[in-house]
Amino acid sequence: MSGWLLSLDTSTEAVSVALLRAAECYERFELAPKRQAQRVLPMIDEVLAEAGIVKSMLGAIAVGRGPGAFTGVRLGISVAQGIALGLDVPVLPISSLAALAADVIDIDPTLTVLATIDARMGEVYAGCYRFDAQHGVQLIGDECVGPAHSVPLARAERWGVIGTGWSAYPEFWSPRIGAPEFADGARFPRASRIAELAVSRWQRGHGIAPEFALPAYLRDKVALTEVERGVR
Amino acid sequence: MRVLGIESSCDETGVAVYDTAAGLLAHRVYSQIELHQDYGGVVPELASRDHVRKLLPLLRETLTAAGLGVRDLDGVAYTSGPGLVGALLVGAATARALAWSLDLPAIGVHHMEGHLLAPLLEPDAPQPPFVALLVSGGHTQLIAVRGIGEYELIGDTLDDAAGEAFDKTAKMLGLPYPGGPELARLAESGTPGRFRFARPMCDRPGLDFSFSGLKTQVLLAWEKSDRSDQTRADIARGFEQAVTETLATKCRRALAETGMRALVVAGGVGANLRLRAALHTAAVNDGFNVAFPRPEFCTDNGAMIAFAGALRLAAGQRQDTSIAVRPRWPLEELLATTPAEPLTLR
Repeated sequence: MSGWLLSLDTSTEAVSVALLRAAECYERFELAPKRQAQRVLPMIDEVLAEAGIVKSMLGAIAVGRGPGAFTGVRLGISVAQGIALGLDVPVLPISSLAALAADVIDIDPTLTVLATIDARMGEVYAGCYRFDAQHGVQLIGDECVGPAHSVPLARAERWGVIGTGWSAYPEFWSPRIGAPEFADGARFPRASRIAELAVSRWQRGHGIAPEFALPAYLRDKVALTEVERGVR
Repeated sequence: MRVLGIESSCDETGVAVYDTAAGLLAHRVYSQIELHQDYGGVVPELASRDHVRKLLPLLRETLTAAGLGVRDLDGVAYTSGPGLVGALLVGAATARALAWSLDLPAIGVHHMEGHLLAPLLEPDAPQPPFVALLVSGGHTQLIAVRGIGEYELIGDTLDDAAGEAFDKTAKMLGLPYPGGPELARLAESGTPGRFRFARPMCDRPGLDFSFSGLKTQVLLAWEKSDRSDQTRADIARGFEQAVTETLATKCRRALAETGMRALVVAGGVGANLRLRAALHTAAVNDGFNVAFPRPEFCTDNGAMIAFAGALRLAAGQRQDTSIAVRPRWPLEELLATTPAEPLTLR
């Protein structure tokens, strides 16, 4: 549990990487839809150079484990697995929704946060979060996928909302949430937030072997069997 | 040079370590066949999800079997295409990131070059020049291999691949997925000669194939028949005979036209016993050598990727740190990237 924490996220249209040690943080963030695979390793080389450190000084890998675009989530997990295997360091998979929520909590820790990512097909990924002085950013209930008009929400008076799921379905959210005190529908998860969320878990010894760091897709029914299609 | 090879282009996860001095050190394959069975075919998203679950455990198992740690590797090769984009990306990203973390060279390998060179993993393998028959669910190609890395496509299918024809025909006959091997098994109890189907494209010159018409002939025969179990087996036998004889005819032609004296067979259909028998007979009659990879290297595997990757890495080829896959990647386009000097292990 020493050295630098390398963090990466490719779960949405953005690609970001960060290096964190104590108060020092270096980050690269790009909106690069379809170019995340091309950019992620070169961006890590860039932050390593900026921080003036070498790979052997990395002590753990944090990664946005989803939910988000299936391919993007897998890309991040695969890169994290490959690096962690090579360096023999643990992985800390972090929710991309929690990373978004942390952005709002950083601005106002008294709000209840709805973090939501557009899941296409008329649905969103969503999770509600609150800040707790003892445990930090805490999930209330479960992360889930569903239509914006019916995903379960926490009970709250004062809302902050963040993520592309907000801007995709304003008409479904507004009857449920009203006018939030903070709203940003154009924000993507960032590796620096993922690193912040990961570091305390790392310190508590919650890093895991890379083969156990797996994507959280939330949407798990992705195809119909022949029986379900009525062809057998 | 010890090269790790990773294959994840479709529904098999393959990992192997090939040593340019000592040969193949270990290889493991995990097949997803059962996962896709209920869906009647490979579901790309499910395939990708399974690769990401299985790749690292398989990688560790392979290294353990080889008695190696990741630090004993000298290079990493992975299938970069053609194949299912999401599936390819899992292998490519893991492999490229692993190589990056260890400061090792990495190389993306053309899946079909892997198949093409798989017979060379065997002892007493023929050396180029030879004609290769690549015959799988996605390909039916004849390739003149003048040297390693020097390939000329001389025959291709105009419609269905042979393996695809096997699978589709099996489905028409009501056989469970994956139908091809099932159909071949059923054909063994069929009466030879009861059903005779045309040998497509054999009555005209050229090295191209076409199997979609044969499929239609089989469908008509099946619909007109009594649909008994024996008839199903007899039709399967007739179908298999038509396919294997067609493949053998074109192979003989390819050898005659190129003047080459050796044939290697690769790809999943290369495991078909009747095809092997037909080609052995042709080899004896015409006086050429025929080589098959062992059946486990006919289907997708990491060994062929480690081997083809080792050749390219030894020739100094490298993939930069961008993670790139090419779901559609004609073998002809690989030729353009091939160095002027043929690749060798020495």
